[in-house]
Amino acid sequence: MRIQLISLALSLLFLIFLLVQIYRQRLKEAYALLWLLTGVGVVILAAFPQLLFYISNLVGIFYPPATIFLFAIMLLFLIVLQYSMVLSKQNEAIRTLSQKLALLEQEVRNKHDD
Amino acid sequence: MTAIIVPCYNESASILGVIGRLKECCPDAAVIVVNDCSSDDSAQKVAADGRAVLLNMPINSGIGATVQTGLQYAAVHGYDYAVKCDGDGQHPAEKIGDLLSLLLTDEADMVIGSRFLEHGGSKSTYCRRFGIGFFGILNSLITRCRISDNTSGFRAYNRRALEFLARYYPSFDYPEPEEVILMWRNGFRIREISTPMRDRQGGVSSINFHHSIYYMIKVSFSIIIAAVRPKV
Repeated sequence: MRIQLISLALSLLFLIFLLVQIYRQRLKEAYALLWLLTGVGVVILAAFPQLLFYISNLVGIFYPPATIFLFAIMLLFLIVLQYSMVLSKQNEAIRTLSQKLALLEQEVRNKHDD
Repeated sequence: MTAIIVPCYNESASILGVIGRLKECCPDAAVIVVNDCSSDDSAQKVAADGRAVLLNMPINSGIGATVQTGLQYAAVHGYDYAVKCDGDGQHPAEKIGDLLSLLLTDEADMVIGSRFLEHGGSKSTYCRRFGIGFFGILNSLITRCRISDNTSGFRAYNRRALEFLARYYPSFDYPEPEEVILMWRNGFRIREISTPMRDRQGGVSSINFHHSIYYMIKVSFSIIIAAVRPKV
């Protein structure tokens, strides 16, 4: 019973920490959705551990802790994939900005010389 | 009016020689050196020399973004033709007229200077020749027309092509083969002429042994993606 209380407390803390970060705008909502999903899932599992056995049974996993690993890996995979997509978009943005800056800098230098 | 775009990354040893050759062979063309944040004194040399327009990338952006900046300059300033020519002296400036002549007669939108159209054009290593041959075959399979040297960076564009590439130039590293597919996919007419290349006058190739496997995979992948992507 004690471990259930500890895990519930820790997962609630994690969820609150996430919400505070979003509230303070240190974490953009768009990127926080997957984390929130993780946080809520962890809280629910900590509150109702029987759920883990139920889900394991449902999807046919013999060893219940493996269900946690499965979902953890899936979520982390999604989060990392999202990062790659965000990175690609930012690469594009940085490239456009650099090019604009290079052209503007030349123009300013040119005007300065005249 | 022609703009000759010279991407430059640490070409201090050769850059002024290249500008000199270009000015000698094409006295009416504007030479635009795009410095990709060189760590040597290439930019200072070009600025002090004063014959070329100097564009400075604020951060090291890679060859694709660097070349595209030059094309954007050409597009904004109303140039009718653009030529891309390396800053290390490999590309023979005296052949620029030949590249342009196919554009002037409107036989092509983009002309590539090829090392392999005639025999004995290049003294490349076997490994490099294999890579270039492989891309050539992949390229021919997709476009169903023979392009002997789609990794060559020595190219000329007409106004339509340069405006298009100013917007859609392949952004990643090693863009040349992908550029060919992109242009073909969007209905531009591509031609090749034979231009034997000289040994580089200074600097080192951006493709070394460690990168060659990555290069092969990356370029093959981007060629296939570019081929199946819809027209822009």
